[in-house]
Amino acid sequence: MELKNNVPVGELSEKWTQYRSTMNLVAPNNKRRIEIIVVGTGLAGASAAATLGELGYNVKCFSFHDSPRRAHSIAAQGGINAAKNYQNDGDSVYRLFYDTIKGGDYRSREANVHRLAEASVDIIDQCVAQGVPFAREYGGLLANRSFGGVQVSRTFYAKGQTGQQLLIGAYQALSRQIASGSVKMYNKHEMLDVVKMDGKARGIIARNLKTGSIERHAAHCVVLATGGYGNVFYLSTNAMGSNVTAAWKAVKRGALMANPCYTQIHPTCIPVSGDYQSKLTLMSESLRNDGRVWVPNKIEDAEAIREGRKNALDIPENERDYYLERRYPAFGNLVPRDVASRAAKVACDEGKGVSPTGLAVYLDFASAIERYGKGEALSKGIKNPSSSQIIELGEAVIAQKYGNLFEMYEKITGENPYKLPMKIYPAVHYTMGGLWVDYNLETNVPGLFALGEANFSDHGANRLGASALMQGLADGYFVIPYTIGQFLSGEIRTPSIDPNAKEFEEAEKNVRSLLDKLISVKGNKSVESFHRRLGKLVWEYCGMSRNAEGLEKGRKLIRELREEFYQDVFIPGSADEFNPELEKAVRVADFLELGEVMMVDALNRNESCGGHFREEYATPEGEAKRNDKDYAYVAAWSWSEDGNHKLHKEELTFENVELKTRSYK
Amino acid sequence: MSLTGLFLILFLVVHLIGNLQLLSNDEGKAFNIYTDFMSHNPVIQLIAKGNYFFILLHAIMGILLAVKNKNAKGSKYAVSPNNKTSWASNNMALLGTLIFAFLLMHMGHFWFQFKWGSGLPMVNYDGVEMINAYAKVTTVMSQPIWMVAYLIGLLVLAFHLWHGFASAFQSLGLRHKKYTPIIEGLGKAYSILVPLGFAILPLYIFFTQS
Amino acid sequence: MKLNLKVWRQKNNDSKGSFETHTVNASEHMSFLEMMDVLNERLISEKKDPVAFEHDCREGICGACSMVINGRPHGPQQGTTTCQLHMRKFKDGDTIVVEPFRAKAFPILKDLVVDRSAFDRIIQSGGYISVNTGQATDGNSVPIEKDLALKAFDAAQCIGCGACAAACPNGSAMLFTSAKVSHLGLLPQGEVEHTKRVQSMVAQMDEEGFGFCSNIGACEVECPKEISTENIARMNRDYFKASLVSE
Repeated sequence: MELKNNVPVGELSEKWTQYRSTMNLVAPNNKRRIEIIVVGTGLAGASAAATLGELGYNVKCFSFHDSPRRAHSIAAQGGINAAKNYQNDGDSVYRLFYDTIKGGDYRSREANVHRLAEASVDIIDQCVAQGVPFAREYGGLLANRSFGGVQVSRTFYAKGQTGQQLLIGAYQALSRQIASGSVKMYNKHEMLDVVKMDGKARGIIARNLKTGSIERHAAHCVVLATGGYGNVFYLSTNAMGSNVTAAWKAVKRGALMANPCYTQIHPTCIPVSGDYQSKLTLMSESLRNDGRVWVPNKIEDAEAIREGRKNALDIPENERDYYLERRYPAFGNLVPRDVASRAAKVACDEGKGVSPTGLAVYLDFASAIERYGKGEALSKGIKNPSSSQIIELGEAVIAQKYGNLFEMYEKITGENPYKLPMKIYPAVHYTMGGLWVDYNLETNVPGLFALGEANFSDHGANRLGASALMQGLADGYFVIPYTIGQFLSGEIRTPSIDPNAKEFEEAEKNVRSLLDKLISVKGNKSVESFHRRLGKLVWEYCGMSRNAEGLEKGRKLIRELREEFYQDVFIPGSADEFNPELEKAVRVADFLELGEVMMVDALNRNESCGGHFREEYATPEGEAKRNDKDYAYVAAWSWSEDGNHKLHKEELTFENVELKTRSYK
Repeated sequence: MSLTGLFLILFLVVHLIGNLQLLSNDEGKAFNIYTDFMSHNPVIQLIAKGNYFFILLHAIMGILLAVKNKNAKGSKYAVSPNNKTSWASNNMALLGTLIFAFLLMHMGHFWFQFKWGSGLPMVNYDGVEMINAYAKVTTVMSQPIWMVAYLIGLLVLAFHLWHGFASAFQSLGLRHKKYTPIIEGLGKAYSILVPLGFAILPLYIFFTQS
Repeated sequence: MKLNLKVWRQKNNDSKGSFETHTVNASEHMSFLEMMDVLNERLISEKKDPVAFEHDCREGICGACSMVINGRPHGPQQGTTTCQLHMRKFKDGDTIVVEPFRAKAFPILKDLVVDRSAFDRIIQSGGYISVNTGQATDGNSVPIEKDLALKAFDAAQCIGCGACAAACPNGSAMLFTSAKVSHLGLLPQGEVEHTKRVQSMVAQMDEEGFGFCSNIGACEVECPKEISTENIARMNRDYFKASLVSE
């Protein structure tokens, strides 16, 4: 199968404008007759459903949550990037485009990323108009902050709850369309299959989670905005319900999974404290502006800390290894996420981890407290301040900047981060891989679209901070409303799709037999226990660093685990009722297949780039070694029951940027 | 609730000022003249009718509110929450019902007697014959059981006002960073001082008469 | 630590529920929901029906958790959702009573899971600014006073969990509704539709069967985002105004 990315011709900066002005449209009278299914109500799904409703289409929108407002976009803390250049610091659409391409380690599609940068400007305007309470300066204008190592201040934010505020904006826009009747909302409905007719996506099979009933929903096309698959690792910063099922069902129906091995490991999360844990909590990246990362120099000291015989304060300054500052003097503690995460792993692998599990490093604010304290004392005119005075003043500054994060840390760990350094460890946070889509955000299955984290398109092998919100909203508000017309303009003569067609019947049967199969295993192990084991496997063999041997082994182990799952899983209750264990089982079953494809993809990519680090492809100093000659392509995989998953390549061409090695030394 | 409540709060002040004449050392002359004036002046009578109406309205609305809210809650929690809300605010309906019962008693003692009672003690000041309300009040208050009943009634009233005063302003949307603390302070002072002012009367009468 | 849990079990809204008692061995580092996970793992290993409860982000922001712990929505810790509540707040040997959110407008789906779609319908009745995608002017075209923006933000922090209505002895949704009315009404963008919005959202709130506010203040005490009843006063004021001026 040849993958056609349908990128329009022309100058990079003109492509989108020209394309938009010449693409096919659907007339208002026809829009009224056309039905669209949107699955997912995060930033991408809610904004798409709302906008398509505003345009006059008949939209049916699905969410497995009890309300559209609960989607996990809500948890994003930091902010949203936009090339507004309000700070007059030299930002531009091109600069945002360039930063994103480079940050993604040159593994994303130029035209898509440029369009994203263009749309970023409109997103802010749209959100302000909706009433999103962005942070403001005293003059009443929008405030910005800098983020994730880029050199301009282009991040818009609403305290530490930007995702929440943006999602609520989109949710309100969606609510308005629901009230007007243009969108019909189906809460607590989980999509369990895509229905294809004559090769085109024409509907879905959904399970009503409240009652367990299986429903058929037909439409002229289907839009998936169902988020990422980070929960394949079991422990991640994703919400408990985040899953790959909708996307994976699409893969089972012929869509391709692109770059599944690209996962982002966020360096500053609260470390795992015990086996009971099912979810990790992120501490905002902004903490690295003032925190210094270190581990003890001596393994004996680390051991003493792990056993509780010593604590951080017992380690004198000259016995500490500030390894990021040592290894990357130019960027120090502010190296990009992938680099910081790997360095933490290296330190812990050497036996220098500082939590009982051995998997944590310190993030220390003592010197920042002292620095700020001295500054404050000076500005307050205190001569010869005592050290306790300095600390008090410094802590107040830190509290102003990061108070809520420190509070959250203390709530979770019970330790006071003002007195003892924080313990942090990397955790899975975001998945750059996803359904393969062309420039129109259409998968290789005609009429099936994928938006937001569910697609692969914009972040390459590594995502920059504050770009996920930008992509979700760009796709939903400003891309799909146009590009869906390219497909739908050919469908104006297609009558309403019949949900009684044999294809729907077949798909429904397919879903029912899957559920029956799972329920009737009646084994001895909980779904959770399989998920936990799967997560450990994927983390171990396809986590922060990978090698060919491990990936081969991991793949084998996953296949064995999958077999065991279908023989020994226990799901209480039946399929015809509210049954959260069954919901989980369906999702874990799909993760068990996806995990294998991730390993296959990681094994195929004989290079290190972004979030994908292959130990065999590193410089002698342990830095990633990219191979642009052989791997500057998107690896899109089709699923095959027999295990021969097929690779489809989309070559990436770079006409506007020069491919360089990322260096932070 | 808030508007009728605020009216009744105003009424209580007027009522208290009038009643404080019971304390004047003139064998009840001032009080009796006041009572006579109150019961014969047409304007006052009109206001009194309004007052009865507001009391009833306040009570009826309160009952409707309580019923609606009880339905809206459905079932209660097995454990009552140990949170920072005042006892009074959680029990306004109960307090209101008790106050209503107290009012019936109060009206039975005086208003009903003055309107329809027979063999009322009379008194004559400068040739004007009028009911000796003072005598009536002292008769009731010098009996321990009624004295205590009045004190309990006033305690209940104090609790009702403890929440009601500031709550009325909140319900009307009158809330302001600067002024709300003042209103809350006033409310607390009012809910203690006014019932206390009333409570002095039965105590004073009880201990001076017996 | 060893805990005695009294958990509410109910098959669906039509059936009668009752308490079930379990002992759980927990660690003080667990969150409350992780402690519930431990209980459920054990129930599943005994082939029993696990306790259904709603949860998702476990970071205190999605608003999914809906438990009442010892009579208090989200438990004893101020400004904290159930998922962020940790077992170190309890003592070894404690008896903990866990119930679902209770309000008529939140019918019980199963055990501790309630249906909060009434909140969605309140938002649908007017909790938005009517602007289509693409109609916006430049984000900086209307300056907004910083304090005003912060006030709007404070109200906008609502996570729609329903703890306010669950805590209210009147089952009232005033804090939720007024937070949205305030968030949008305080901003110049939302002022245009404010009068209509207040009226329609209050009407919808009543239609859903929520109770009236009697200013008890339990909502504010239990709100995990510590949203102020100042918003209720503001909505009351604006509602009166709207009732007086509307034609």
